Amino acid sequence: MKLNIKNIGKLALAIGCLSAEVNAQIGKPFIHDPSTIMESDGKYYTFGTRGGGLVSEDGWTWNPGGERPGGGAAPDALKIGDRYLIAYGATGGGLNGGHNGKILTMWNKTLDPKSPDFKYTEAIVVASSDGNEDCDAIDPGLLLDPTDGRLWLSYGTYFGFIRLVELDPKTGKRVEGNKEINIAIDCEATALLYRDGWYYLLGTHGTCCDGANSTYNIVVGRSKKVTGPYLDNMGRDMLKGGGKMVMGSGGGRVNGAGHFGHWKIDEGVEKMSFHYEADLDMSGRSVLAIRPLLWKNGWPVGGELFREGTYQIESERRGYGLELIVDFTRMPGGFRGPRDPNEPIVKVASQELKDVIDTWPKGEIGVRAGDYIARPHQKWTISAVPDGGGNPGGPYYKIVIAGTERALAATADAELITVPKFTGAAEQLWRIDQLIDGTYRIMPKLIPNSNEKLALISSGDSTPTLGKFDFNSDNSKWNFKNQ
Amino acid sequence: MNRKHPSVMRVFIFALLSWLKISSSAVFAQGPGPRPSLPPIPIKGDTTHTLTKHFTQASSEPKKTDAKGFIQRWLVLEPVKKNIARNNIITDNFLKTTFSADNFSNDYNMIPKDGESVKIGDQDLKWYALDSKTFNFNLYHFTYALNKPKYGILVWLVTVINCTEDIENVRMSAGCNSGSMWWLNGQETMILSGDRDMIADNVTSPRITLKKGKNIIRGAVINGPGMANFGVRFIDDKGEPVKNFTISYQ
Amino acid sequence: MSISLKQLLITTSVAALLGTALQGCNSTKPKINSTVAKSDTTRSIAPFFVKATNKVKTPDNDGFIQRWMLLEPINKPNRGNTVFTDSYLRENFTKEYFPNQFAIMPTDGEKVKAGEQELTWHALESTNFNVKLYCFAYGLRKQVYGVLFWGVTVIDSPREMKNVRLAVGSNSASMWWLNGKEAALLSGDRRMVMDDVVSNRLTLNKGRNILRGAIINGPGMSDFCVRFLDENGQPIKDLSITCE
Repeated sequence: MKLNIKNIGKLALAIGCLSAEVNAQIGKPFIHDPSTIMESDGKYYTFGTRGGGLVSEDGWTWNPGGERPGGGAAPDALKIGDRYLIAYGATGGGLNGGHNGKILTMWNKTLDPKSPDFKYTEAIVVASSDGNEDCDAIDPGLLLDPTDGRLWLSYGTYFGFIRLVELDPKTGKRVEGNKEINIAIDCEATALLYRDGWYYLLGTHGTCCDGANSTYNIVVGRSKKVTGPYLDNMGRDMLKGGGKMVMGSGGGRVNGAGHFGHWKIDEGVEKMSFHYEADLDMSGRSVLAIRPLLWKNGWPVGGELFREGTYQIESERRGYGLELIVDFTRMPGGFRGPRDPNEPIVKVASQELKDVIDTWPKGEIGVRAGDYIARPHQKWTISAVPDGGGNPGGPYYKIVIAGTERALAATADAELITVPKFTGAAEQLWRIDQLIDGTYRIMPKLIPNSNEKLALISSGDSTPTLGKFDFNSDNSKWNFKNQ
Repeated sequence: MNRKHPSVMRVFIFALLSWLKISSSAVFAQGPGPRPSLPPIPIKGDTTHTLTKHFTQASSEPKKTDAKGFIQRWLVLEPVKKNIARNNIITDNFLKTTFSADNFSNDYNMIPKDGESVKIGDQDLKWYALDSKTFNFNLYHFTYALNKPKYGILVWLVTVINCTEDIENVRMSAGCNSGSMWWLNGQETMILSGDRDMIADNVTSPRITLKKGKNIIRGAVINGPGMANFGVRFIDDKGEPVKNFTISYQ
Repeated sequence: MSISLKQLLITTSVAALLGTALQGCNSTKPKINSTVAKSDTTRSIAPFFVKATNKVKTPDNDGFIQRWMLLEPINKPNRGNTVFTDSYLRENFTKEYFPNQFAIMPTDGEKVKAGEQELTWHALESTNFNVKLYCFAYGLRKQVYGVLFWGVTVIDSPREMKNVRLAVGSNSASMWWLNGKEAALLSGDRRMVMDDVVSNRLTLNKGRNILRGAIINGPGMSDFCVRFLDENGQPIKDLSITCE
């Protein structure tokens, strides 16, 4: 790009647009200590500190609506069979209070308060702290061990140890005779998860509840046994303060990530739910956040919300870039090799949209993938569509050729096309999920006349199409390279 | 001395010629732009121009695909000479225009006969029914064997896929050096534009149906300088090769 | 580190509670003492500490130093831990709270006067890798929040050790001096994480080395862990720790 005043102006405008991007869940997603997100009767629920909770129909727009009695702090939720087990902490707490906390559990058949089946069982105490011992029994986290069906609960805060107890998955009660085990210190809001032979203990460190000054951050250690020891990436025991950070503050407008929840959407598509202590675009309030969860060398890594911008859309299959099927327009000149070394050096202008757009057909144009050399028919601008709806962790996006309104769309026969002008039709809206390996899944909101959920896949190197997503195939994966 | 001198000259001239041949072919084979000069290497190359080195004459017995589904049996027409200096002109429109102009028949369901000749422009060209010994079909070897132009060529291809039942939701898949177009039962299925290399599954067609009975594939490959070959197969919706059909040239 | 402030959120009146906290912040000693729970009548520093003896004491298996002379907490009312900036700490750690504070080598039971408070030094050995100052204060029926602790220990090295590092974790902020020279500063609202802050390269002299630390905390758990690491990051264990 030529650095003239006009282009600087354009650049400033582009940056201005970027800053307007949607950064957190929309609606009224105000919550502290969100419990693991549960789906119930086609809706998503999360509960928070002080009772109540949020509900969402699409995983993106969240509003008050969940109901959880008992008040108290930092609940967690887990579906076992056809029932939901809710755990929460109750304490007299506060600065001048002690740390005599209690963990309680209760069941419900549904999380939908409007359902006739909606009724919590009486809450029962499963763990407690006496106020002066090295533990504060609040902030429960639940894990149903997929290897043996045993139910575990971690709890505790900065006040001493994080402890682990075993519950009966049928009753939600403490297993008789079970002794609590110390598994970490100085964390809050712990959560457990199991993956590939490892148990992961996620906890929150840092300063809580200080608005924009909060340094709350989520850390992790892992163990081959649910009972520990949970070591971090340096081999440091979480009982000695160990922990590798998974998510901290989010780039300046959202600060203080806390209270991890794991949300597996599909194989290879995982999310983490948590709260930001302060969303500066939402009055500095504490808000729900959902971000991609990545796995790197056996460690969970927090991903980022997709950033709007102009990209090469690169196939993981071969590395080709998505492009319009139009005749390639050559730039002037050809090979210039080692000729006169003293020849003056000049900059060669890039090919621009205006140089080629008149050679393109005016109607629908097909899409293929090819060798990417940053030509106008290969550059795509991706931006969130206001009122386009959303999905877990993101809004729907439009994908247009940079500088135009020519939009990528799904066809009724599950192929791809570009239409000359974006109309907001559902087949022109795209869901973008970052996968656990850092690549992306791209899905149309709708295939016309179809209920199938298909993703953008490579059929051949040069042939993108829509097909079933398969995390184990690079055909299903794409990368966005910033332009 | 007198006798030695000419022989030295002969060696020198041979070396020079060898070098010129290699460097010039390197330039053409590799596409645009000068490359560093290579040292002279004596050419041992095959000087016997014979089809059987890389192909066998197709038999009347229907043939299966290879283990990975590649179609090795093709009716191949001798190359139409095209004056193409570089492959960087192979756009979609160039291919469509050229294949339309230099076509042996507009009936895309027509199956030529082995050994018969057709006229394209002022050239009389002959059909060969061949089985490639490799998964791909090397047109450079084909033209070389026939002592026909190797560079600047357009080659027409036809083959017949015999199915015992309809096979739905498959895709034709091709890799080609350099540009090409493909048709199935008269419908255009793929266009491979640009200065391409032969890469298996480089381009795939939309979902198509191979119908019960005969299915006729027509292909046209164009190449300027350098290697010319192609590999074609069908893949299912999982990307796995489709192999439950036979291939014939009749 | 701060008490779990999320607990604030669950009280019926956050404002009222903050009011109480503010009051606590500005309160005099008796009010701070009122933060001690009344329920416990069997208060003790056991099992977290035992009396230091004259027996040879080396660091634990991971190199942590468990024998310390600890001073009862100085009243330092802070309603939160977010004030612990570097400059706040430098200013407040270098103030004189009691005579000879940077040179004193106290004996067990020795008393010092810090403002209005009369405080006693205790020669103790932690039974854990870390030194649980909250349990120390609680067990001695001292205030547990809004506190400043001083600790000193003597590292007897069998030879001169160059290029070693002091590795510290503390809850909340702390400052450490080796042989009178500043070695490490842990600022901010911290939790105790082993090896959280590591000093620049230091030299342990042959024979006696005096390690002194000051730990400050508002509300919440107070503790620290200290060890020396060699050039390869491995703990140094061939040291003898005394309180004399």
